Amino acid sequence: MLMAMLCGSPVVAAGGGLDGASGLIVAGEAPGTVAAELGGVGPRVWFSVSGYQVRDDDLWTVGTAVLCSVACGILGCFLVLRRMSLLGDAISHAILPGLVLAFIVTHSREPLAMLAGALVVGIATAYLSTALNRWGRVPEDAAMGVVFTTLFAVGVVLMTWIPRDVDLDPGCVLYGLIEFTPFDTVRIAGLDIPRAFAWLAVVLVVNAALIWVFFKELKIVCFDPYLATTMGISATLVHYGLMTSVATTAVASFESVGSILVVAMLVAPGATAHLLTDRLSRMVWIAAAVSALSAVAGYALAVWVNTSVAGMIATVALGVFVLTTLFSPRYGFVSKQARHVAMAMRITQEDILGMLYRWHERSEGGTAGGVRPLGAGDIVTATRAGLLGRVALWWLARRGLVREGGGAITATPEGIKRASRIVRGHRLWELFLAKHLALPSDHLHAGAHRAEHFLSDTIQDQLAREDGAEADPHGRPIPPRT
Amino acid sequence: MQEQLVRLLTLQDANTRTVLLGATLLGVASAVVGCFAVLRRRALVGDAVAHAALPGICIAFFVVGDRNFAAFMIGALVVGVLAAGFVSFVKAATRIKEDAAIALAIGGFFGVGIVLSRIIQNDPSGNRAGLDGFIFGKAASMVSGDAQLIAAVAIVVLMATGLLYKEFKILCFDRDFATSQGWPAMGLDLGLMALVCVCTVVGLPAVGVVLMVSLLVIPAAAARFWTHRLGTMVVLAGIFGGLSGMLGTALSATIPAPASGLSRGWPTGPLITLVAAAFFLISLVAAPRRGIVADVVRRASLRRRVARQNLLRRVYEMLEPGGDLSATWSVGDLGRVRMSGVGGVHGQIRRAVRAGLVEAGPEGFLLSPSGQAAAVRVVRTHRLWEVFLITHAHIAADHVDRDADQIEHFLPAETLAALEAKLVESGRTPLGVPSSPHATLGIGAN
Repeated sequence: MLMAMLCGSPVVAAGGGLDGASGLIVAGEAPGTVAAELGGVGPRVWFSVSGYQVRDDDLWTVGTAVLCSVACGILGCFLVLRRMSLLGDAISHAILPGLVLAFIVTHSREPLAMLAGALVVGIATAYLSTALNRWGRVPEDAAMGVVFTTLFAVGVVLMTWIPRDVDLDPGCVLYGLIEFTPFDTVRIAGLDIPRAFAWLAVVLVVNAALIWVFFKELKIVCFDPYLATTMGISATLVHYGLMTSVATTAVASFESVGSILVVAMLVAPGATAHLLTDRLSRMVWIAAAVSALSAVAGYALAVWVNTSVAGMIATVALGVFVLTTLFSPRYGFVSKQARHVAMAMRITQEDILGMLYRWHERSEGGTAGGVRPLGAGDIVTATRAGLLGRVALWWLARRGLVREGGGAITATPEGIKRASRIVRGHRLWELFLAKHLALPSDHLHAGAHRAEHFLSDTIQDQLAREDGAEADPHGRPIPPRT
Repeated sequence: MQEQLVRLLTLQDANTRTVLLGATLLGVASAVVGCFAVLRRRALVGDAVAHAALPGICIAFFVVGDRNFAAFMIGALVVGVLAAGFVSFVKAATRIKEDAAIALAIGGFFGVGIVLSRIIQNDPSGNRAGLDGFIFGKAASMVSGDAQLIAAVAIVVLMATGLLYKEFKILCFDRDFATSQGWPAMGLDLGLMALVCVCTVVGLPAVGVVLMVSLLVIPAAAARFWTHRLGTMVVLAGIFGGLSGMLGTALSATIPAPASGLSRGWPTGPLITLVAAAFFLISLVAAPRRGIVADVVRRASLRRRVARQNLLRRVYEMLEPGGDLSATWSVGDLGRVRMSGVGGVHGQIRRAVRAGLVEAGPEGFLLSPSGQAAAVRVVRTHRLWEVFLITHAHIAADHVDRDADQIEHFLPAETLAALEAKLVESGRTPLGVPSSPHATLGIGAN
């Protein structure tokens, strides 16, 4: 299965070249080009998208990408929750020496030997980091940094012993060559299925099955490891099981997609889903959907721009995460800001209405002689909200709650109706504060000014029932319920 | 080869001199900055920055259209800072934790970089020489101008760290305290990250994207084993880092590659990392207090002490009914004694004989005068604690033996004195060895 990584196929060798500067073969100089050229050579055209004919090979490649992304994505949910996300990064770099050693020992590109070598080193990375953290008291992230960089360095150095005529390429390990999956097939049930596709299907099924079977255990360990331990579920066992799954998935995914896509897919869909829901089961489904979507969109974009498929899928996954970070309904940055602005807007509008209500009250109550009309400027200044106050006033006028006439702002009958509810809340609350908390009368306004926006009709009625609803502590009448 | 190495290390060749100097200074600067990053638990932010450098370099390539070292550095720095900012923003503004944010930056930004670099490679007119060098690192391909830039930047970074030493120290050990003292903790954090970015980006051509983080993390983690003082740690890390940079570069330039191998030389980055890893391994094993050897020795000596004290107490309690501590006894009399798994009863007695606590007489063993004194001390500690537990913690007399068993080896002398004074004062116990509050085992029991 690691054929493509050991870029030995004639197609790749043709594209490969010696990179003298780094001393390492950079095979498949331009797999993007090759893929674009070869993408159209497949036997059958299924359909075409704006002139690009989608053939068998495209479908196999997309299928492989989707399988790999989803397999990583659903595991990633638990990594994100357990704060183990960097493990994918560490493991996928560290397995290089395992691959090289397996090659040096067996002198062949025997896929199973390489898988075994990578798996051993991958799992060892996870365990070594934990051991350094526990026994050497090295901080967790630093321990990971020490282990994976050292192993990667060992891998690159070991490569110096590999004979010239074999192309083993760390570049492939990083970028992956998903474009070549259709060229390495196995025959299963009379069908030529790409080897990577078959492997990744198995990995996905295993991961999904593990998550399904151990869902309850995973859930409780993710959210409360101590509770899990008291209930007899070993958090340590689940932790190590998860690490082993990640190592297996990383190793199996690798050859087709490269480590960087594994790193991205182990974290981006899980993090995205974490921002969209609070339910673990839903989170896993969302992560799977996001992974599949990123894979398909990434492939399409890569073919369109003619560039690396793995890189583009990672880019799309990052893009989806960034969009979610900004616009997720509940946890998105922009959504949160928008909620703040909406709240500020509502409060400013209510303040303006309250102000106009009091103005009307005073002008009708006989003291009108001394009350001058309120201009737009007065109101905006009084709200102390600047531009927001101006917008609020404009919006109130649009809603037909205030009107402007002769340089003065007045409330419409509908506006007075709305305002009386707010002023009612304000005065009821002042009454409550004065009566039950025995606050002096000059301390009442500030508290009521804040609370008035959050007093529902039910609470207002309750307050009115308990304390009466004739006049507030300052002697001003409490408006009736509208 | 030896001549070559000597020639290299004695800096006889002008170009080698600059390259070696550059690598060394780079090692020192990143290790020093790395100390603070590691202590601040930001070790892997450097990894994110390094990976983000690839798209930065590609964008610089698009803009400049040629291999221009300075332009690459600026591009890498801008996008690197962007990645560090991304990590901080995601951590601060969403519910996503730092580890996931870092992993996202690594995977995502590098993905973008691969997309861009593939576009550059596919462009037939593009002169893409030098882009690959950044991923795996190749110090030897540095021209002296590059090395001079690296050296200059490293010196600036070192000076900045020196100036902000006190501030970074307080930031690393107690950020909340720093805030309460009026230090701009947020700004200092950003400053530290900026230094990490600068080191990372400058080191890329020598060490490469994947391994740059090793220069930040490994020397600092190694130095941490040797000391509890920040100043010492920074100096040690600087030495480790500098030596790693120097030796790694020197080795990669001098060791002949295996004849059969595909490469024409050893890659520099991995060798620098491996030298640093060797320092780490030595520190992990041999550091005086936190190292593995020291740890093993400490544990073993503790086990021995506990076993010796258990033996002495057993002997004392066996002889206590007879009232004569200098009486002769045999191994068989002891019955089963808990020896905490150190060499059994016979081994323990041999060790006690060697230490002069026990003497081998003609008919068996007997406690030497110093052994008797030691036994009295041990039993006294044990029983004082038992009495304390009974009188002050109100624990039943038949439940205190095991508790006292566990703590008797660790009670400091002042505690003992205070305990005794208190018990004597309250009239609970006479001076000297109190009698056991519960039954003890006689000769040959159990």
